[in-house]
Amino acid sequence: MNENILAKLKILAESAKYDVSCSSSGTVRRNQSGTLGNTVGGWGICHSFAEDGRCISLLKIMLTNYCIYDCAYCINRRSNDIPRATLSVSELVDLTIEFYRRNYIEGLFLSSGVVRNPDYTMERLVRVAKDLRLVHKFNGYIHLKSIPGASRELVNEAGLYADRLSVNIEIPKEENLKLLAPEKDHKSVYQPMRYIQQGVLTNKEDRKKFRHAPRFVPAGQSTQMIVGATAESDKDILYLSSSLYQHPTMRRVYYSGYISVNTYDKRLPALKQPPLVRENRLYQADWLLRFYQFKVEEIVDDSYPDLDLEIDPKLGWALRHPELFPIDINRADYEMILRVPGIGVKSARQIIASRRFSKLGFYELKKIGVVMKKAQYFITCNELPTRTVNELTPTGVRRLLVPKPKKKVDERQLILNFADDE
Amino acid sequence: MTLFIYDHTFEGLLTCIFDAYFRKTFPDSLLTEGGPLPLFYDEAIHIVTDEEKAGRVWRGLQKKISRHALFSLTCCWLSELPKVDEMLFRYIRKAINAPHSIETNFADPDVLELAKIYKRVDGERIRLMQFVRFQKAADGTFFAAVEPPFNALPLAVDHFKDRFADQRWLIYDVKRQYGYYYNLTEIEEVTFEDPHQAHLVTGMLNETLMDNNEKLFQELWKTYFKSICIKERRNPRKHRQDMPVRYWKYLTEKQ
Repeated sequence: MNENILAKLKILAESAKYDVSCSSSGTVRRNQSGTLGNTVGGWGICHSFAEDGRCISLLKIMLTNYCIYDCAYCINRRSNDIPRATLSVSELVDLTIEFYRRNYIEGLFLSSGVVRNPDYTMERLVRVAKDLRLVHKFNGYIHLKSIPGASRELVNEAGLYADRLSVNIEIPKEENLKLLAPEKDHKSVYQPMRYIQQGVLTNKEDRKKFRHAPRFVPAGQSTQMIVGATAESDKDILYLSSSLYQHPTMRRVYYSGYISVNTYDKRLPALKQPPLVRENRLYQADWLLRFYQFKVEEIVDDSYPDLDLEIDPKLGWALRHPELFPIDINRADYEMILRVPGIGVKSARQIIASRRFSKLGFYELKKIGVVMKKAQYFITCNELPTRTVNELTPTGVRRLLVPKPKKKVDERQLILNFADDE
Repeated sequence: MTLFIYDHTFEGLLTCIFDAYFRKTFPDSLLTEGGPLPLFYDEAIHIVTDEEKAGRVWRGLQKKISRHALFSLTCCWLSELPKVDEMLFRYIRKAINAPHSIETNFADPDVLELAKIYKRVDGERIRLMQFVRFQKAADGTFFAAVEPPFNALPLAVDHFKDRFADQRWLIYDVKRQYGYYYNLTEIEEVTFEDPHQAHLVTGMLNETLMDNNEKLFQELWKTYFKSICIKERRNPRKHRQDMPVRYWKYLTEKQ
């Protein structure tokens, strides 16, 4: 451990930061007596928050940022002139352990540029995880990136040490991927995904027979897609996510608003700002798929291929289906209450629990935490009838709920229009 | 107006409940021993804390409400908010009087209040799990200082015991001047004879007390913290929302 590491850490963290995956959830593993670390499960712990507002839960770092590929969207592409560095296995292991002991991190998220060939790179990643688990008895969280094109044996070995494995799709449509990364294809992404899934399912069977069989990737797998680098619509992206969620091991799909890192490449759009609002809407739609029992075709379809940037997807759906509203909070079933804009999972559960004692009115709902600003147009409760989406019409409700742009001018001041007439 | 005056302990509060049912008079307000009395009142009753009475109330409650609700009660007590004792008193009274468990009736203001305060205290427990930052001292002990607004440290220490089972650590609450020390076998509550030593006030070990490598790892962590941020996405508002400024004092990366 010396000062030299400081420079390497800086270079490799900067190379790794564009990967958005951060969660450290999905595994509960108690400490095995006298060793270091545990994982808390259910939810992960975020230890810090960077100034861009993203959480720092795992030590997100690359083993090396040398890469043989030349993908247009990637900062670490071969043709970029950036400082390069490689950490040795022991350096990385020490760094992880010492950070963990100081409660800086939950564990390690290790990725790597591809050097020589996928198998060589994957082998080095696996060695770090193996060292941490077997030599240092590290019980914390380990998230490994599975290198596209790595062989089945290595993925299977990685699965024994890692809590989560991930392979990034990056570009939802293969023809666009071919355009930006001619050396890659979707097959090299889906193949490791399939290995991981088969490994998990085999392991499930094994654990039925042998209770102490080692667990295989207990926190499942995740993936990420870049938003805004290519011309895919939200429909393409969400249909792909939805089909990925059909697979039993896929836990999270991350969306990463494209940041123009390689502005000189003419195949990519020159964006001044990353598409943050669109990214946010995609995450909201993702939540609807996973926790609100929505089907993807309800959120986007051929007539609405893109999500509305001004209103959230749930409100958008409700405004397209005024015939289903208003619903009676004191009678409707859980699934329907969950679909009311302004009511989340927690509020819906509290409503179901509380209405067994007494009827609920506006006041109680507000106290429970329902966003009445939105919900009032879609519900009836123990109050006099108010004007709902049916009386106000969907466009009227939309007008009321779209945030108004802030006035930049002072109304009390006279404005003289000196604009040139063309 | 009837007043109950007690010693402001949780057992004391439970004794108040026992005595209220025993006397069939319920207080309008609970006051702490030695505090100022209001200008006008009918009767001020001094309650003497009694372990046995408190135990009977607690066992009675165990039959009435779930373990989670009991845990919420203790968490709310740890919040140390003003008037929280009166809320707990009303809640327990309702729980005892009701034929069925009241704990899911969120239309009741006290039930909702209990759930909300519990959430805040539990949030503080999670914040402790997030934002405790250990510094390695020369003798190998890991030291961290905290200053939580609620007294949530006792709720969080089990997590640290499970996680850092093979290192000795001390987490010290600067505001309440006590801490927990883990000696590789069990956790013990500790107070210091001289709570004005520099590191117990500032929360930072000075360099003579530090382990040789400690400075380097702090530097590494700060470097990492700066490098991981994407400049194009800078969002100071969200940054402060998730990591409020009041925690920055003891965060290594914010020094």
